[in-house]
Formats: sequence, structure tokens, C-alpha cells
Amino acid sequence: MKLNKIVLFLGVVFLAGLSFMMLSKRVPEQQACAANDEQVNVGFVYLTTPDDHGWTYAHEIGRQDVVKHFGNKVCTTVIEKIVEGPDATRVIRDLAKQGNDIIFTTSFGYMEQTLKVAKEFPDVKFEHITGYKRAANMATGNIRFYEGRYVQGVVAGLMTKGNKIGYIASYPIPEVIQGINAFGIGLRSVNSDAEVSVIWVNSWYDPVKEAAAAKVLIAEGADILAQHTDSPAMLQTAEKAGVFGFGQSSDMREFAPKAQLFSSVNNWGPYYVNKIQALIDGNWATGEGPDHWAGNTWSGMSDDFLVLSPFENMPNEVVVAASKAVADIKAGTNKIFTGPIYDNNGVEKVPSGKTLNDGELFTTLDYYVEGVVGKIPG
Amino acid sequence: MDALILTVIMTSVPLMLAATGELVAERSGVLNLGVEGMMLMGAVAAFAITSITGNAYLGIFAGALSGALTSTVFAIFALGLATNQVATGLALTIFGAGLSGLVGAPFVGGTVHGLDPLPIPFLADIPLLGALLFQLDFIAYLSVFTLIIVAWFLNKSHAGLILRAVGSNHHSAHALGYSVLWVRCGAVLFGGLMAGIAGAYLPLVLIPHWSEGMTAGRGWIAVALVVFASWMPSRILVGALLFGGITIMQLAGQARGWEMPSQFLSMLPYLATIVVLVLISRDRNFTLKRAPAQLGRIFTSSK
Repeated sequence: MKLNKIVLFLGVVFLAGLSFMMLSKRVPEQQACAANDEQVNVGFVYLTTPDDHGWTYAHEIGRQDVVKHFGNKVCTTVIEKIVEGPDATRVIRDLAKQGNDIIFTTSFGYMEQTLKVAKEFPDVKFEHITGYKRAANMATGNIRFYEGRYVQGVVAGLMTKGNKIGYIASYPIPEVIQGINAFGIGLRSVNSDAEVSVIWVNSWYDPVKEAAAAKVLIAEGADILAQHTDSPAMLQTAEKAGVFGFGQSSDMREFAPKAQLFSSVNNWGPYYVNKIQALIDGNWATGEGPDHWAGNTWSGMSDDFLVLSPFENMPNEVVVAASKAVADIKAGTNKIFTGPIYDNNGVEKVPSGKTLNDGELFTTLDYYVEGVVGKIPG
Repeated sequence: MDALILTVIMTSVPLMLAATGELVAERSGVLNLGVEGMMLMGAVAAFAITSITGNAYLGIFAGALSGALTSTVFAIFALGLATNQVATGLALTIFGAGLSGLVGAPFVGGTVHGLDPLPIPFLADIPLLGALLFQLDFIAYLSVFTLIIVAWFLNKSHAGLILRAVGSNHHSAHALGYSVLWVRCGAVLFGGLMAGIAGAYLPLVLIPHWSEGMTAGRGWIAVALVVFASWMPSRILVGALLFGGITIMQLAGQARGWEMPSQFLSMLPYLATIVVLVLISRDRNFTLKRAPAQLGRIFTSSK
């Protein structure tokens, strides 16, 4: 009898502790937004927490820009750490029910879930980041990440001593392959001998695995590392090994002051502000482009959607070359995916003079360009 | 090539530590599936203490202590209150994952100066071998040392004999006057201690960084390694190196442009574990003879 009571008591304490933890994880410190007409209520769904110092951190900075710009005209609600699965549907639906006027879902894997809830709530606007499915009240937005990767390729090609570059990739989806190929095109534009080795870690965020991949690439002779994963682990490893690398999504300088050449920083603020302003003005629209996979809004460095952190740890002539590459992309004189483009078997994929359009960037890149070693998995 | 082998060794160290601890617990008849949770608690404590004090050795101590403390939760439930060991172990993993996330929240995004390599004088200068085996860090040496001690303890010492007796037939051991529960409690605490140090290895050596769930299943691999090793310490070393080797080999293979789907390569370490487990289990007599007879069975002295 006595034993049972102890078990019961400890069990209750255990469960209470667990549920407290779950709750405290799900509800960040903030006040609930009242469902009224004076304020625009904005919901955000995050994949991880802003502490990732990468993807979600960049979205959080965007949200803060919204708050700074609109002040108390908006009220934002954030739900963090939502797994890309059925649970996301519930979370997005909750946000819609709570009276949010516009909801930003900030990861590719929320696509189906956002679409499903968008159909249930025709009066709420949905903005899905990086996806390609849309509805009358669901728009998509994306950044031309590949522009920054082209500049990375240029810098890597000029900086490498051993002509071996390491590239840590997440999943073989169009966005990531665009990035690898843009990097390869940039690399080969300045260095015809350098090669890129790609390691797929099949994760967006696994610091231990990213570090192991970085160590392996360095052991294989790479002296410049690039990444399309979210943690600073690769740069930390590069810093320790005395090689160079590029940061992802946000400025990762503090993790690798001697190793970071620059970071491609995602700047979501202008996009969020524009779309919320449009909603306030009553002219929110999904925009152009439902004929291809690219976002209704797909902008890059020219609109400051993608910002490069200061060029560091490189000689002046490399800074000059990188700055010129940036200027050419911004001016539109360099479209990056302009022929002739050869795959890594030497087959011409894009003839001279032709530039791939946005749709083709998503549907035709099923090869690595010359300079990239291996084959796209799957 | 040197650098690759070094990476293999470093990948194997945490597996070896955690598996050694779990092996001792299992030899005493306790199946603790909470290794993953204990490792996470060890990792977060090690990172937090190192980032506060700036001393990585205090971090190791904190990790060990935290792992052991987490295992006392298991001991209280599974031994003291005779709950089902499998369920309690699973709960411990969930508990460890949740609590470490909560405790570690303020430390996410920070970085520490981890453990520096500790070259052993003279031995470190041996060509090739020196760089691979004698320029490692404190925890790596500790993992091999502990494995040797545990092998000696289980096979040669009197106390080890008692521990094995408790795992083989707890009623007989009880009748002989040994305290089954206290022996098991000690074994579980040792398991927690080792898992804690294994966890500490991640943020102190592998990557100076804390993130939730950073063990990413390594605790489960450690549990599988014990079966893989047929409960024999020497085989833990082989198993851990094999797993670490395949993990790194698949990354190196990709870097060299092997034309194999990376998803398949990522799966290889786990696939290899399963294949070896199946091969070992094929000979049922061998496994049955090796497995502690009372593994996972509940013992109460009142019968």
C-alpha cells in the first residue's frame, strides 16, 4: 500500500515535470494577440529555435524587423520547433483559429500542411517559404540563395591552394542543387583546376555529423569549405583546422573569426514588411509565377533579400573580385546560369547564349556542373 | 589517411564508453534502455559547466556526475520500485532528452574551449602509431583504460564474480547472502557515469557546441553494441571501431565521389549493426549462453 502511494506520487511528479517541459518549449514568452480589427495579427511557424544561428535565426530577425517597422500596429505570435509532419497542420490551424490575419510558415516541409489549412480558412492569408504549391490565399516566397553561392565559388577559386573544395549538403532538393551548381560555375569562372567534393549529411541540422563531414573533407585535402546545412559546426571545425569556409543563413563570424570568408545572410525583413503592408493596404495578392516552382516572390541580392556579410580573411584582390561578382549579379549583367554550361562529364547542358529561366532552375538541374565531383544521389 | 583514421577513433570513443557502462549494467541483469537520455544529460552538464568555469576537465566531471544522477532515477524506479525495466528505460530516454533541452536552452548557440589533445611523452613520437593512438585526449585514453579495467573486473575479480552471479541467477545470489539490489544499483550507476562521460565527449571534443538531441541516436547504438559484443568487453572495442569506421567511410566515400546514393551510405552504419546482430543471433545457443540469464527480470527479495 505504502509502496503504491510512493509510485503514484513519483509518477505524478514525473509526468507533471515532463508536461511542464513540453509546455515551456512550445510557448515562448509573449503575450497573446487579441483577435480584433485594430491590429494585424501575424503568425510565424519556426522549424527550430532562433538559437540555431542559421535558418530560423534569420526568420526571427525578419520578424523583429516587422515589429520595428509597424510597432503596435501588428501583433506577432511565434510557434517554435515544429516538426515537418502532421503536427504542423494542428499548429498552423491553431494560429488561424486564434485570429491571425497572415501566417508565415518558414520551412519547405510545411507545404502540404499550409495548403490544407489555407483551404479551411479562406479569409486568412498564408505565406509559405520556399515551397511551390499555392492557393488563392496562399503565396510563396523564396530567396535566390544561389547568387551568394556563386560569389562563394569565386572566392573559393581564388583562395584555394590545393584546388580542393569541400561542400556539405543537406538534402538533394532543387534549391540545394542550384546552390552547388552556382558554386561550381563561380569556382570555374576563376579557376579551371579546382574541384568541389560534396558530402550529403541528410539533415538540416546535426552539428556532430556536420563536424564529422567537415573533418573528413579536410582530411581529404579540402582547404575551403562551404555548407548548405544550418549549424556553425563546419566553420568551428574549419577554424580549429586552420582552413577557410563560408557561413550559412546568418553571419557566423563569432564562431570562426579567423576562418569565415563571408556568410550569405538571409534577409526576410523586407519581404515580411512588404506583404504585411500589402495586407493593411488591402492589396495583398499571391503575385506572379504559379507556372513554375519558384516563389511568387523570388528575389536575391538586388533587393537585399540576400545580403553578404563583410568579406574577411582574404587578400584585397579577392575582395575586389568578389565585389565585382556581387555588382554584376545585382546589375543583372551576370545571370549565373547562362550557357555554355557543361555537366561534369563534359556534356553541354545549356547552349551558349541561353539563360535558364526560373522554372528551368527547378526542373532541369539534374546534374552537377563541371568542377563538381560525383553524381547527385537518388 | 592518418587524419581519417583519427576521425574514426574519435567517432568510436563515445560509443565505446557508453557501451562499456551498459555492458556492466546488463551483466548484472539490468537492461537500461535510457543510455541516450543519460548521454544527453552528460553532454549538457559538461557543456554548461565548461562554458561557466572555462575548465573542460570540470566539464567531464560534471558530465559523469550528471549521467550517474540521471541513472539513479532509473535505479529508484526499476530497482527500488520494481517497475518494468524496458518501459522505465524508454521513459528515461524521453526524460533525459526533455530535461537536457530545458537545462541547455540558455547555452544554445554558445561555444566553449573543449578538451585539448594530451600527447603521451615518448609514445607520441612513434611514427604513424604515435599520431593515431598517443596524441588523443583524456577521455579517449580513459575509454580504453576503463574497458581493460572492466574486462579484468568481470573476469578476474571476486566482486566481478558476484556481479555476474547476480546477473545469472539472482535468487541463488540472494540465498548466498549478496544484496542483489545494491549490486545492481552500483552497476546501473556505473552505466550512468560512463554514459555521462560519453555524452560529455560530444560537446568537449567532437564539436564545441550544444544543441538539443545532439547525441542523435548514439545511445541506441551503444545498447546495440552490447548485444553485438555478446556481452564481452573486448568485442566492444571491435564493434565501436567498426561502427565508427563505417560512419566515417561513408562520408569519405562521398567526398571521393563514390557513385552510390548518399541516403544508402548514411544508412550503412545502422545496416551493418543490424546485419551483425542477425549473424550473431543465428546461433541461438551461443547468444543464450552469453546473455545474462536474468537480463530485464525483476527481483524482489520477498519473492
